[in-house]
Amino acid sequence: MATPALALRDITCRFPSPDGQGTYTAVADTTLVIEAGQFVSVVGPTGCGKSTLLNVAAGLLAPSSGTVEVFGEPMVFDGQVNRRAGYMFQSDALMPWRNAIGNVVAGLEFRGVPKREAVEQGQEWLRRVGLAGFGDRYPHHLSGGMRKRLALAQTLILDPDILLMDEPFSALDVQTRQLMENELLALWAADRKTVLFITHDLEEAIALSDRVVALSAGPATRPIGDFAIELDRPRDVAEIRMEPGFLTYHRQIWDVMKEEVLKAYAKQRAA
Amino acid sequence: MATRPRINQVRLRVYQVLLLALVLGAWHVLTQPGLLPNFYFSADNRAAFFFGEPLKVAGRIVDWFVGGEIYGHLWITLVETALAFAIGSISGLLIGLWLGLSPMASAILDPYIKAANSMPRVVLAPIFAVWFGLGMWSKVALGVTLVFFIVFFNVYQGVREVSPNILANARMLGANRRQLLSAIYLPSAMSWVFASLHNAVGLAFVGAVVGEYLGSARGVGYLILQAETTFDINTVFAGIFVLTAFALLLDGAVGVIERRLMTWQPRAAETERT
Repeated sequence: MATPALALRDITCRFPSPDGQGTYTAVADTTLVIEAGQFVSVVGPTGCGKSTLLNVAAGLLAPSSGTVEVFGEPMVFDGQVNRRAGYMFQSDALMPWRNAIGNVVAGLEFRGVPKREAVEQGQEWLRRVGLAGFGDRYPHHLSGGMRKRLALAQTLILDPDILLMDEPFSALDVQTRQLMENELLALWAADRKTVLFITHDLEEAIALSDRVVALSAGPATRPIGDFAIELDRPRDVAEIRMEPGFLTYHRQIWDVMKEEVLKAYAKQRAA
Repeated sequence: MATRPRINQVRLRVYQVLLLALVLGAWHVLTQPGLLPNFYFSADNRAAFFFGEPLKVAGRIVDWFVGGEIYGHLWITLVETALAFAIGSISGLLIGLWLGLSPMASAILDPYIKAANSMPRVVLAPIFAVWFGLGMWSKVALGVTLVFFIVFFNVYQGVREVSPNILANARMLGANRRQLLSAIYLPSAMSWVFASLHNAVGLAFVGAVVGEYLGSARGVGYLILQAETTFDINTVFAGIFVLTAFALLLDGAVGVIERRLMTWQPRAAETERT
């Protein structure tokens, strides 16, 4: 068996609880192994610790216990992030004081790529995500969908081996979202990076992924189901939702998740 | 905002000028000796003695600029202001960045910073006069103590309120500590710096003038002090108006630089009108 691109083993994350007494266990004994080139979605109810898991994979957060391997190499949590991964955040993380091209080339700039070369690549990426001619606009001039595309270009320009995505499209309206999902699939199809995609939207997860992992409700979130999605590619996220295969997967996964979603809902209401 | 009726700009200006004319007219009528019967003061020229006369104030300002007497003093005051402003804001920026980024140092220094900020720093003027003499530098020092804290607190706040998302994103894009400082913390703090610079330029001026007022041989504050000792109220007012005009000019200059450097900031009026 080939070395997995990303292996989270027995990850547990505990935080001091908000009242200052005791701890809150966000993620418990979670093992998640992702093969290179796989598109894996993690679904779970809101507030179940999905983002925590992603932050561990990114190297932004050290787990309380457990290990992370990136292409077979164990990750040390010493303030260094996962250099082989790109991360797309749920909310806006663009630098508002830089225009579009300045944002896209930021990563190249940090790596010391000469400015001219960086800008050249940056223009190419702006074109690829449909933002050619918007290079001199600042983020606040752009619509939500355009900002997402900009963030995608900003991440992909560094050609990361692993793409970590934290509900990147959740703030978009339905139409823009489906367009973005299709664009993501098209970009992904070009070089088949390893993707770990976090979402609370089961349909989005099935439409995009090779594999869907369902998480339990928090606290102490852990995987409760692992499904291979064997639908043909290339896919159109709007059309695939009508296919019988899609509905079968949906029913299967939803059966596992339903109870957890209700649990999370009850907990939120109680709080 | 669309429903709010827009005030006609021309009419607005007319009203503003009228208001100014009204105030100046009232001033003139109430102080001109012999124009109105006395109703408060017992003698004709008392009102003019206490409140000055606008025509004489204007005449004094014209004399200053035509005769050239003012330029040397104004130059000194402006140089003091500029130095206080530059030294105060740059040191405020640097120390604000440093303390904003190092929790240990800021925790240790916290009570002292609070104390230094709540101290009425104008009382330091005599000490600065002893340290730096009665020349320019004692005024600059006073201005720096005023400017520094304004800028410092704004930068300190700005650094600590940098969006954690933007920071995490920059780290994932490979920024090291130094790059985070120059690409994230500094630009993010700049918007706070500019918010404080308008206050800071005013305070730099206050430092210069108050310093001159407390002991000097040159500067607009010195002119005012001289006039006051001879009860020349018209010259005092003339000095005040000249200072006000230049404070407005300096503030305008900061505004111009701000608009030049801060193009990335959304402005409410700008985004909707295309």
